[in-house]
Amino acid sequence: MSSGRETRSRRGGWGWYLLLIIPFIGTLFPGMYNALTPTLGGMPFYYWYQLLWVVITGLLTIVVYLATR
Amino acid sequence: MNLTELIVFLVLFALVTVVGFVAARWQRGDLNLLDEWGLAGRRFGTLVSWFLIGGDLYTAYTFIAVPALVYGAGAIGFFAVPYTIVVYPLVFLLMPRLWSVAKQHGYVTASDFMRGRFDSRGLALAVAITGILATMPYIALQLVGMQVVLQTLGIAGKGIIGDLPLIVAFGILAAYTFTSGLRAPALVAVVKDALIYITVIVAVIAIPAKLGGFGHIFQAAAAAHLPLTLSPKAFTAYATLALGSAMALFFYPHAITGVFSTRSTEVIRRNAALLPIYSILLGLIALLGYMAVAAGIKVPVTSLAVPVLLTKMFSPWFVGFAFAAIVIGALVPAAIMAIAAANLFTRNIYREYFRPDCSPRQEASVAKWVSLFVKVGALIFVIGLPLQFSIYLQTLGGIWILQTTPALIGGLYSRWFHRSALLIGWLLGMVLGTWMAASLKFQSSTFPLHIGGTVLPGYAGIWALIVNLVIVVVLSLILNAMRVSNGRDETSPSDYVRAEAAVPAVD
Repeated sequence: MSSGRETRSRRGGWGWYLLLIIPFIGTLFPGMYNALTPTLGGMPFYYWYQLLWVVITGLLTIVVYLATR
Repeated sequence: MNLTELIVFLVLFALVTVVGFVAARWQRGDLNLLDEWGLAGRRFGTLVSWFLIGGDLYTAYTFIAVPALVYGAGAIGFFAVPYTIVVYPLVFLLMPRLWSVAKQHGYVTASDFMRGRFDSRGLALAVAITGILATMPYIALQLVGMQVVLQTLGIAGKGIIGDLPLIVAFGILAAYTFTSGLRAPALVAVVKDALIYITVIVAVIAIPAKLGGFGHIFQAAAAAHLPLTLSPKAFTAYATLALGSAMALFFYPHAITGVFSTRSTEVIRRNAALLPIYSILLGLIALLGYMAVAAGIKVPVTSLAVPVLLTKMFSPWFVGFAFAAIVIGALVPAAIMAIAAANLFTRNIYREYFRPDCSPRQEASVAKWVSLFVKVGALIFVIGLPLQFSIYLQTLGGIWILQTTPALIGGLYSRWFHRSALLIGWLLGMVLGTWMAASLKFQSSTFPLHIGGTVLPGYAGIWALIVNLVIVVVLSLILNAMRVSNGRDETSPSDYVRAEAAVPAVD
């Protein structure tokens, strides 16, 4: 995303879409998060990590939406 | 049977029935046209679409089955969470293009798109039949979700008399779907989701408080020998189940119907960012499975875990409220699925093969009747056949829908894929996927693939899709090299990115 102004234009912002690959990497390799600790509020890591990715994915999508509008 | 429970339940059900019929008058359109009856005139804005698509995808069956899986099998049941995470980037990328080309050419179904894009009756029929076959058992499963709740309420039992409450509920649903079309589930979805959100938020705050906190709940689950994390052998199964389910989800006819009913691509893009709120809800609902274990709930079938947990934890009026939420939660997707199947049958089988000259009014009329037959069929299925049958078929449905994605996604993005290659790839994928599921006796969709000396367990739908794709690529190379005709493409590249239509908002 070197040409900042270009990528912000309506049609030229395809680079922003690459952000949407991140959730696939974050969630589809269970080896990364298949652990009980650290817990959060009594919840094992495995569970709150995946729930956290719901939020991260939503935020990433908002960023891409705004950037490619 | 508890009287308070029942009264609260019936009052809410009656409210929703009124809403369903009133919906016909909402944002008035000529309901004698398929675009109005079956897609509500493609006018829904961000908020209504959020409720409609959310209510469409996160079904009552989901709310029963996901915690039931966690209750019975532990960590693997949480795959619904990554599944409903990765689905939205896909929606964000694919669905605006599909919406645009559909709007431009008046496509009502994915099969219409295949017909226009590839000039191929074979591909169109393949997509239509796959869609109808995958949707029917899904409707039946919604009924199963309702049946579970009605049984726990104590107003459903054995025999025909025992099935009467289900028949009545479904009859009401069929009637307002017939008169109001897609407007009915859209408006009902608003009520339904309000009930569901309240139920779940109360449940995930109050139940852990009663059970001594999440730490205690997970300890109890571990003490009951439930695996709280995955066995490393299950990693590929977990990932392929999540990815395969996500890829299939939005190509189900009912999801396409929801997407096509939106006003603009902006509405779809915004919803891709807002619908994950439902996924958080689903993750919390999944944890109800562990809460049921911690509360010492013992049930003969896992699907009863959540209803019994709610009965044990809450006072009768709230139980009635929660049960109404689940039953109404089944009505919304069941209605949309019936409409979607009716759209497919009418456009891509009836009009294509039986009455090519039928008028728009006849088309809408046929769709209404078909939606009724589809529901009656699902009802007979659930009452007449063992429950396990619907579950098997629904497992197959996901595998089948996945086999249509090369043609649909390929068609959206590229002109390179050859229509005959896509059709042959689809056919082999269907056969292979069905064979894998059958070899597992339909008990599971995780097929152990033997590669060399290692065994890789994964979602049968994904294995079949890989074979499907290889066939499609190889045959496309050959057919394109031989310059075999790829049909007349009636779409042009600009159709896929066309700006918004000028129709008034519904929000």
